[in-house]
Amino acid sequence: MPETSEPLLHLVPKAQAQQTMKDFKSDQEVRWCPGCGDYAVLAAVQGFMPELGLAKENIVFVSGIGCSSRFPYYMNTYGMHSIHGRAPAIATGLATSRRDLSVWVVTGDGDALSIGGNHLIHALRRNVNLKILLFNNRIYGLTKGQYSPTSEVGKITKSTPMGSLDAPFNPVSLAIGAEATFVARTVDSDRKHLTEVLRQAADHNGTALVEIYQNCNIFNDGAFEVLKDKDQAQEAVIRLEHGQPIRFGAGLGKGVVRDPATGDLEVVEVTPENESRILVHDAHAASPTTAFALSRLADTDTLHQTPIGVLRSVERPVYDTLMADQLDRAVDQQGEGDLAGLLSGNDTWTVVG
Amino acid sequence: MTSQVSSEAGEALLGEQRSAPAEARNGAEKEVRRLDRVIIRFAGDSGDGMQLTGDRFTSETASFGNDLSTLPNFPAEIRAPAGTLPGVSSFQLHFADHDILTPGDAPNVLVAMNPAALKANIADVPRGGEIIVNTDEFAKRAMAKVGYAQSPLEDGSLDGYRVHPVPLTTLTIEALKEFGLSRKEAERSKNMFALGLLSWMYHRPTEGTEAFLRSKFAKKPQIAEANVAAFRAGWNFGETTEDFAVSYEVAPATRAFPTGTYRNISGNLALSYGLIAAAKQAELPLYLGSYPITPASDILHELSRHKNFGVRTFQAEDEIAGIGAALGAAFGGSLAVTTTSGPGVALKSETIGLAVSLELPLLIVDIQRGGPSTGLPTKTEQADLLQAMYGRNGEAPVPVVAPKTPADCFDAALEAARIALTYRTPVFLLSDGYLANGSEPWRIPEVADLPDLRTPFATGPNHTQADGTEVFWPYKRDPETLARPWAVPGTPGLEHRIGGIEKQDGTGNISYDPANHEFMVRTRQAKIDGIDVPDIETDDPDGARTLVLGWGSTYGPITAAVRRIRREGGHIAQAHLRHLNPFPKNLGEVLKRYEKVVIPEMNLGQLATLVRAEFLVDARSHTQVNGMPFKAEQLAAALKEAIDA
Repeated sequence: MPETSEPLLHLVPKAQAQQTMKDFKSDQEVRWCPGCGDYAVLAAVQGFMPELGLAKENIVFVSGIGCSSRFPYYMNTYGMHSIHGRAPAIATGLATSRRDLSVWVVTGDGDALSIGGNHLIHALRRNVNLKILLFNNRIYGLTKGQYSPTSEVGKITKSTPMGSLDAPFNPVSLAIGAEATFVARTVDSDRKHLTEVLRQAADHNGTALVEIYQNCNIFNDGAFEVLKDKDQAQEAVIRLEHGQPIRFGAGLGKGVVRDPATGDLEVVEVTPENESRILVHDAHAASPTTAFALSRLADTDTLHQTPIGVLRSVERPVYDTLMADQLDRAVDQQGEGDLAGLLSGNDTWTVVG
Repeated sequence: MTSQVSSEAGEALLGEQRSAPAEARNGAEKEVRRLDRVIIRFAGDSGDGMQLTGDRFTSETASFGNDLSTLPNFPAEIRAPAGTLPGVSSFQLHFADHDILTPGDAPNVLVAMNPAALKANIADVPRGGEIIVNTDEFAKRAMAKVGYAQSPLEDGSLDGYRVHPVPLTTLTIEALKEFGLSRKEAERSKNMFALGLLSWMYHRPTEGTEAFLRSKFAKKPQIAEANVAAFRAGWNFGETTEDFAVSYEVAPATRAFPTGTYRNISGNLALSYGLIAAAKQAELPLYLGSYPITPASDILHELSRHKNFGVRTFQAEDEIAGIGAALGAAFGGSLAVTTTSGPGVALKSETIGLAVSLELPLLIVDIQRGGPSTGLPTKTEQADLLQAMYGRNGEAPVPVVAPKTPADCFDAALEAARIALTYRTPVFLLSDGYLANGSEPWRIPEVADLPDLRTPFATGPNHTQADGTEVFWPYKRDPETLARPWAVPGTPGLEHRIGGIEKQDGTGNISYDPANHEFMVRTRQAKIDGIDVPDIETDDPDGARTLVLGWGSTYGPITAAVRRIRREGGHIAQAHLRHLNPFPKNLGEVLKRYEKVVIPEMNLGQLATLVRAEFLVDARSHTQVNGMPFKAEQLAAALKEAIDA
């Protein structure tokens, strides 16, 4: 099946006139808690949309349930605030039937990974042309503070007074395991990084999963502080850039190398002897192995050594395109459907009066 | 030949029965008798190809021009253990020279491919009926497996029947010896031998079956020819063997049918065609989101073959995603459909509620089967009516439409689409396993006669604000239908957000205002209550005092039972519901005209519950939940009891 690498964004009509951030703000009052990380993400998305330059009537935001899922109400595009966990399924129906739309899914860690886990993994494996923004705050906010499928083990919450027992998901590892063609991670407070990731996600043909670490200042405040605090971040954050050696820490003194014995990745102090062994990030590698290994570098408790940026971005046939191609091929082979012919079939008899 | 048209004879015994003079064919002199109707049941192991055999005999019968009705009956297991009672698969076909309504209560002819098939079906065959048995399978072990200590072919237990012992397996292998097939391969064609024999017995045209076999096995020409050879061998066996001294003619049912072109069609096929036709008439692309489930999967299979009509079929990861994708497509402007059975409806309930709140057109096709839970996947039931009516959180009214016969599934699908599109609402289409797999002749409609289902999308602002600005309000309703505008993404200036949270009347913005919620709940209900549905018609030639009211697939058996009662001088009126929600406006008035109302259903009285609640009518419920359709004779007895009560 020939997959052209022509950007599918070309199927979406362009805006007639220059847009501004204001064009994408709806008239609805934003009602997240003051200080919520969602505000920053909303501003980044609204700020990025004019750059994308698409007709805003051809943009649709679909969400599930949760704090982040109120997002579509604040975007002056088409939008649907649906039900818990089902946004990827609903968006799949929309995207596969309307290739002239740019379809975005806004979801959270509970919505996408708990109640909607099935839809998420299947959207990823199909490679439907969706851009999924997964706001991960590692807590249930809208239901007022229960642990989520990304909460660390032992988390004390209202529903786990003695500590949670569940081992968390690593959303990036999960997505790579689910055959995702585009997986990235970014942080709510880093507008520049977030925008760059959105840019690459928007350009991607197929499903793009963007995990956004987002602070819930009410129920899980400071969950990502280690990645944001200037002093700590240097040691904690690994900024991935395609084609660049994977180095981080003070003076970029640390680097990621492959253990020749096990094939696993490990962090080393960079020395003149090992410098040539420092891994160069290849987001487009056909095999997901290294991207997966990178996603496992982070310590799920402390978040030390957390890679951010685009972990994986590869080309694979897009479900919507394949579906449309089959329709075209059916017409080529059988001609446009003829209803009278269909209803008659080949085996009829006639009763005359 | 009264044993052929047994005392079980259902509807009018219209046909003249006579012995025709012997005819000469290939030198063999055999008597030909004319019958007005016959019920044949093919029964064998689930691996014996009985459904295919039945299908082929049905096609031959349809193309010959008889009226017909079929009842496939098979186990849920794909290949239950060979030779066991649970593994028996059967196909019953009723065909006649006049108008018939059911697959028949009891077979006149049973074809039993093994001891299990005989044992499982003999009780349904009236004494005097004909039984064709495959004697090759009546070995001691096979008989012992189903509890025959002695051979029923020899112990006199079949004395009241006309038994034709035929070594079907041996004859088939013998007929195919020049094909160089293994014994096992050759044996597989024994169903075609049986079909050939029955085709001879009932003078069926054979060209269709031969063409079918050659096309089915186009890639294996040797197997195709072997099957054709077995089929012909069966025919010739009938013609030459003395045991089969008589063959039968059932004349075409020309008088039963209005002028037109006909084909045979099953319920699921008619429903699939109805969906394609509805999309065409609405000038919208058809989108099916579905997850495989018995007995609904055939609609997914069928629609997936018609992509050249612009039909998109999406096999989802689960039932919820199936309806989710459909709802997403509806938002985008497709005629959206999800197909399922009862357990799937349970999973889709939350999304149906969302569709009620979003007020988008969506068809939910429920091919009902025996429940609760997994229940009886391959058997029929009507027990999802209350689930369709009430199985959601909150006040979430959904229109319900039910087809009454296999062919009627076509019209019911168009009607469900009309309601969904006109009123921007999810609609339930409640078929069932009996309609889905059963078949009957269908007068092919003229495309020009199909209803116009075009529904305009919103194209511009629909509201002027106090300051004179023109805006678009997604929940500003049509004053007639109370439908909200359908504004699809891609329409400039109509950007709007909708969701499952309560919306402010008009603007559609989130609203927690108590008075607004009350208004919206009542308005959504009023919209459904106000749907324009045709009045119910009553068939009451004699001014009866008792009315039998039905819905869905019970139409055939109820009508057959009503005919019996009237033939015997009884008086009964009949009415049948296509619309279960809302009910026809005249239903209450019709019910109150009668002293007694009887409601037969394949559940524990769900329509009766609705009717009692709605109209305070003391309706009498007659129910059956054995996974099978009503038998006309038993139903007639129950109705008579109600009349006399």
